Amino acid sequence: MTLRTPTGGSIDRNTLLHFTFNGRPYTGHPGDTLASALLAHGVHEIGSSVKLGRPRGIVAAGSEDPTSLVQVEAPFSEPMLPATTVELYDGLVARGLAGQGRLSAEPDPARYDAKHEHCDVLVVGAGPAGLMAALTAARSGARVVLVDEQNQAGGALLGVDEYLDDRPSAEWVADVVAELRSTPGVLVLERTTAFGMYQDGFVLALQKRTDHLGFAAPASVARQRVWRIRTKQTVLATGAHERPVAFTDNDRPGIMLASSARTFLHRYGVLPGSRAVVFTTNDSAYCAAIDLAESGVDIALIADARPETPARLATECAARGIEVRAGHVVVGTQGDGRVSGVRIAPLAGTSPDVTVACDTVLVSGGWNPVVSLFSQARGKLRYDAELGAFVPGEELPTVRVAGSATGELDLGACARQGRDAGAQAAAAAGFTPGGQVPLPVSDSRCTARSGLVLWRVPGDDDASFVDLQRDSTVADVLRATGAGLRSLEHVKRYTTIGTAHDQGKTSGMIAAGIVAEELGVELAEQRPTTFRPPFTSVSFAALAGRDRGELHDPVRVTSIHPWHVAHGALFEDVGQWKRPWYYPQEGEDLHTAVLRECKATRESVGMMDGSTLGKIDVQGRDAGKFLDMLYTNMMGTLKVGRIRYGVMCGVDGMVIDDGTVIRIGEERYLVTTTTGNAAKILDWMEEWLQTEWPHLDVHCTSVTEHWATIPLVGPRSRDVLAAVAPSLDVSNEAFEFMTWRDTEVAGVPARVCRISFSGELAYEINVTAWHGIAVWEALMAAGEQYGITPYGTETMHVLRAEKGYPIIGQETDATVTPQDLGMSWAVSKKKPDFIGKRSFARAENNRSDRKQLVGLLPVDPAVLLPEGSQIVETDRLPEPPVRMLGHVTSSYPSAALGRTFALALLRSGHERIGETLYVPVEDSLVPVTVTESVLYDKEGARRDG
Amino acid sequence: MTSSAQPPGAHLPEHPDFLWDDPEPKSSYDVVVVGGGGHGLATAYYLAKVHDITNVAVLEKGWLAGGNMARNTTIIRSNYLWDESSGIYEHSLKLWEGLEEDLGYPILFDQRGVLNLAHSLQDVRDSVRRVNANRLNGIDAEWVDPDGVKEICPIVNTSPDVRYPVLGATYQPRAGIAKHDYVAWGYARAAHAMGVDLIQSCEVTGLETSQGRITAVETSRGRIAAGKVALCAAGHSSVLAKMVGLSLPLASHPLQALVSELLEPVHPTVVMSNAVHVYVSQAHKGELVMGAGIDSYNGYGQRGSFHIIEQQMSAALELFPVFARAHLLRTWAGIVDVSPDASPIVGLTPVGGLYLNCGWGTGGFKATPGVGDCFAHTIAHDKPHPFNEPFTLERFTTGALVDEHGAAAVAH
Amino acid sequence: MQLIPCPWCGPREEAEFHYGGQAHVAYPGDPSALTDEEWARYVFFRENPSGPFAERWSHNAGCRRWFNAVRDTRTHDLLAVYRVGEPMPEVTA
Ligand SMILES: Cc1cc2nc3c(=O)[nH]c(=O)nc-3n(C[C@H](O)[C@H](O)[C@H](O)COP(=O)(O)OP(=O)(O)OC[C@H]3O[C@@H](n4cnc5c(N)ncnc54)[C@H](O)[C@@H]3O)c2cc1C
Ligand SMILES: [Zn+2]
Repeated sequence: MTLRTPTGGSIDRNTLLHFTFNGRPYTGHPGDTLASALLAHGVHEIGSSVKLGRPRGIVAAGSEDPTSLVQVEAPFSEPMLPATTVELYDGLVARGLAGQGRLSAEPDPARYDAKHEHCDVLVVGAGPAGLMAALTAARSGARVVLVDEQNQAGGALLGVDEYLDDRPSAEWVADVVAELRSTPGVLVLERTTAFGMYQDGFVLALQKRTDHLGFAAPASVARQRVWRIRTKQTVLATGAHERPVAFTDNDRPGIMLASSARTFLHRYGVLPGSRAVVFTTNDSAYCAAIDLAESGVDIALIADARPETPARLATECAARGIEVRAGHVVVGTQGDGRVSGVRIAPLAGTSPDVTVACDTVLVSGGWNPVVSLFSQARGKLRYDAELGAFVPGEELPTVRVAGSATGELDLGACARQGRDAGAQAAAAAGFTPGGQVPLPVSDSRCTARSGLVLWRVPGDDDASFVDLQRDSTVADVLRATGAGLRSLEHVKRYTTIGTAHDQGKTSGMIAAGIVAEELGVELAEQRPTTFRPPFTSVSFAALAGRDRGELHDPVRVTSIHPWHVAHGALFEDVGQWKRPWYYPQEGEDLHTAVLRECKATRESVGMMDGSTLGKIDVQGRDAGKFLDMLYTNMMGTLKVGRIRYGVMCGVDGMVIDDGTVIRIGEERYLVTTTTGNAAKILDWMEEWLQTEWPHLDVHCTSVTEHWATIPLVGPRSRDVLAAVAPSLDVSNEAFEFMTWRDTEVAGVPARVCRISFSGELAYEINVTAWHGIAVWEALMAAGEQYGITPYGTETMHVLRAEKGYPIIGQETDATVTPQDLGMSWAVSKKKPDFIGKRSFARAENNRSDRKQLVGLLPVDPAVLLPEGSQIVETDRLPEPPVRMLGHVTSSYPSAALGRTFALALLRSGHERIGETLYVPVEDSLVPVTVTESVLYDKEGARRDG
Repeated sequence: MTSSAQPPGAHLPEHPDFLWDDPEPKSSYDVVVVGGGGHGLATAYYLAKVHDITNVAVLEKGWLAGGNMARNTTIIRSNYLWDESSGIYEHSLKLWEGLEEDLGYPILFDQRGVLNLAHSLQDVRDSVRRVNANRLNGIDAEWVDPDGVKEICPIVNTSPDVRYPVLGATYQPRAGIAKHDYVAWGYARAAHAMGVDLIQSCEVTGLETSQGRITAVETSRGRIAAGKVALCAAGHSSVLAKMVGLSLPLASHPLQALVSELLEPVHPTVVMSNAVHVYVSQAHKGELVMGAGIDSYNGYGQRGSFHIIEQQMSAALELFPVFARAHLLRTWAGIVDVSPDASPIVGLTPVGGLYLNCGWGTGGFKATPGVGDCFAHTIAHDKPHPFNEPFTLERFTTGALVDEHGAAAVAH
Repeated sequence: MQLIPCPWCGPREEAEFHYGGQAHVAYPGDPSALTDEEWARYVFFRENPSGPFAERWSHNAGCRRWFNAVRDTRTHDLLAVYRVGEPMPEVTA
């Protein structure tokens, strides 16, 4: 059976597309949607309802459709799309859904992206009002963006066969679009839905760029694009959605909105059925009835709920032999699946029902202006009692509404509103109106006017559906009000009306109306439920855009990184950096590799890539004074040429970072930070400088990536350095601990610092990042005779832990003070103030049972405590809650100690040295001895080699 | 009518035929609870049930439980780091376990477990530390490796090749989700049945004191005398406290969340990730429910900025590539009262008869029964319940913070 | 996403900025002279009004300058921006 008209519609009848629906093959044409192509084959039943399992059809022709949900299966599976929004392509495979979609387990091969656009006037909606607005604004010279969710401009005109200025409206539309496209600075985007309206003219729109191409979609083109539009002025010409009326068994396939049937006819050349009953409360359904009648649909009857039919329409219907029953409504329907008949009865009175056979019911309960974006823009809504709908209730400085989105239903008036809005928007954006755009003159027979406001027809409330997607009925609404609920938000939640994929576009107003009726309150006093973005659904992937995989967050690598990769390093993520973790050799796991790296370093020489350490160049007359405020210890007194370790606290007195400070000149310091905190510390410095101490002459610059930094560590480091830095006197006397020298290393200018994070003799070699690899390789070559060993962060952690040096973020967690870390020596007693100092005097800071950094030695030297283990006092666990004394922050096997060891934060730790405590590990309690945190070379004898 | 098989989970249990009525406020109550969110309703309920104090009004400026209670992502867990937090959240979780029966309301409490993912070696240490602390506090907790994560939630991408690979997770099997409206309505109905007046569209605009004691509240519906006043205003706590000159260490921020359309079950648990900033569960009907971090600025506008949603989507797809073609259906925001240590403030105030419950920030839904119970106790006895004793306002002066930022993963 | 008029660069997207909370909270001249309570007030307590709020922003991904703004926290509308050191302008919300 074909219900395709012989001519008409904007489809390409010469091309046949093959598609599969619910396992059955069908054909259609370019220009069809899946819905129109199915209707052309007489298929109304799409899926079934989520709760009751009742068949569901196609109610509307556009994105407001509540029922025609499908799962597209090919070319790639996508859930929960209304068939009315799926453009047909060859090879489409889809199936109807029962209210739930399915996610594909296959990775989505498509690309997605986002684009920023700035404009003077954004027009949403390319119907007559939007087109007039866009053209008027464009002629003033404004940068205009026009978006529309459809694949072609025209809006409501796409669903009618009217003439504008004595020619088919499509021609008028084409001319306007052509002028817009040829105007510089104008962007026309079809298949683009403005879905969110935010602060300061920020509008988000989703463009579906290749979905309609199906298998032919080029892989190189982003499938969907999020437009981030920043506009000065917006004209919302978003139109109106027809709404149904709730009546008994109003959910059968074949029951659809009248204007949507008209759209299927005119836009797609498809008849909704062969015999239709029309049920309306207003004029507009007559246009549908007459057009369909003229196209060969048998209009069995028009039931007009109004007591009287307007004379002109009555005459028109009579001329076509269409029976009109004024004051009548549909009180019930029949059918096995699709509707096969309706029962008609007077709205008032008690006359018996009449049954009328039909395969289609066309319903119109009036129009709801599409005010979602206006409401998102925080515009207040007003209830229009004549229309039975909420309309924009105020003017906003940067948002105008035009066309049927205002509740205006007359085409001429809509076009005028569009023109005015376009002119005003352009003027508000600073442009003088250009040529006056003439208003199109329509030959329309249908002057739509508002009719009777009718939410529901009395009947079987349990079978009178309000939200067809959610299976929510009039009875559900009445239960909600009966339960004591007053607010629409409560009713919505009680009934779930308006929470499905369509967000209640066709159901919300009816629910509101019934609630008001039941409670005997004025709708004008009811607050509609809030319209929330997005206007129509948006795929997660489109929102993620390009920020996935490697681009999810930038990967930072050092200049020496390729060497690490080439030499088999495994990497650790530290902030955004990839740092070498360890360099396993054949057959080694983490522990064996690290033991080897540690041993080599302590016994001969090792080196690591320390380039990720944050480096901040601090300059200015007051640099010393400034650093004295930031660090707990003195920096102003540091001599040029010398280096000092420092700790920084927050105002709350908790440690936030540490590192070395080297004084380069009278007015210049180089500050190092931990890898993860580099950006934070620079921000911290700038915040204090700019907001508290703007009078200080200090400037800070991040130089982290300017330098490659290589700590060369171990007793043989002096020999290696001497070999590559012939001009440098590396002797202890000439180059003391905690001093630095500018020199040449491997023929390259270098700054060498004598600092040590391992307790060993060590040099930190800094060269410009360009030379990083060359210098690294030169050191490797020079160290070869000593078995120089590259090591990663894990070995660094072990070496420093053996010396009791804390790692920020590992030994600290924003609750740890320098004193807790045993670093009172780094807290100045002399300075009158520094950040955090005052907090040290609080009651809590002076408790003797604070958690303090200590060492732990498992009594069994082979037992490795898991990091993160808790510490308890007794060798038996009492019933929970068990009193915990602290936790293990770091734990390693140690080559140097020949055993395992750990660092821990322990309650009253400094007083507990020598005590035996217990660490629950799985089902046992491991006895440990508390020690000082420094476990290796307590005398510091190794520092000078 | 033909009837095909129903998709699993499509049904929600029915609400009762009657919930509560809409009384005019009386001129005086023994206790006035300000704020008809989850906490206010639960407090009123336990006042009536446990302490037999029924001359109580809950005053709500909008519609009942329409604030954060209606907007949260319903994650319930008790696996917090510090003993103080464990105490009150575990107390709450235990109450959750009997709440459906207690309230006679189907609250859809579903102990499907919560995974908190670790993406860095430090995350792993912090997570193990928290698991160990939880266990010693009698809270169910496990550390699971990436294979274990995959077993519990097969759709998590545990490949080592992603930007921030999953190195493991903490898992609390008893954690889960519930249906927020049902919980609020369950409390409201039960409180109403015991004589509590639930008064909507009643905004408290002033707090009246005399000789250092609270005497009444001024409201948009007139003055209401009160023996005691309990503040449960979540995001608006600072505004109310200010009415008696009390300032609070809180910042009110927008916090956004979102849902997808209904999907067949793919996600059996709750997954939270601090490092990539997202948390996800699949609600009973099948929608994916997702949230992220707060918007950075103070805001009472119940709306946030869209780039937060975009970032959270990119994070979500890193973890769950299968979500690519799910669709965003609805976004919204609440107003969360964030405290400096990510822990609440519950207890007495310098004003006699005025009690404070705030600072739950992004994570107070799970505390609803627990804090309702403890706060009611505090009000009834004019003395903190042991579980809320650590959460005083004074801790910011002494420094005895309960800092849950460091190791508690995302604070939901 | 808000459009924030940096007083140095002009209007820029919110994502370029970093929020800094309440403005005009000066670091105490002599912290050691404060009681614990006064110190706590400085460290932890900030105004949190529903309505106009003088607050700090930094144009982190732009000129990196801190500046002050008055913003209505109910609507999130920026009512004024001004440079550090300038007095807070009169605004009508
Ligand atoms: C998006 C989002 C996700 C979240 N996710 C989770 C989660 O997964 N798990 C979790 O545990 N927590 C979560 N939370 C936090 C949780 O929602 C809150 O901590 C908790 O709901 C706060 O308690 P409440 O329910 O009483 O608050 P609310 O529901 O906000 O109640 C406060 C009430 O006070 C009313 N009020 C305010 N001022 C006045 C006045 N002057 N007069 C009268 N009434 C007034 C308000 O209208 C409001 O109804 C989330 C929050 C949000 C916003
Ligand atoms: Zn700037």
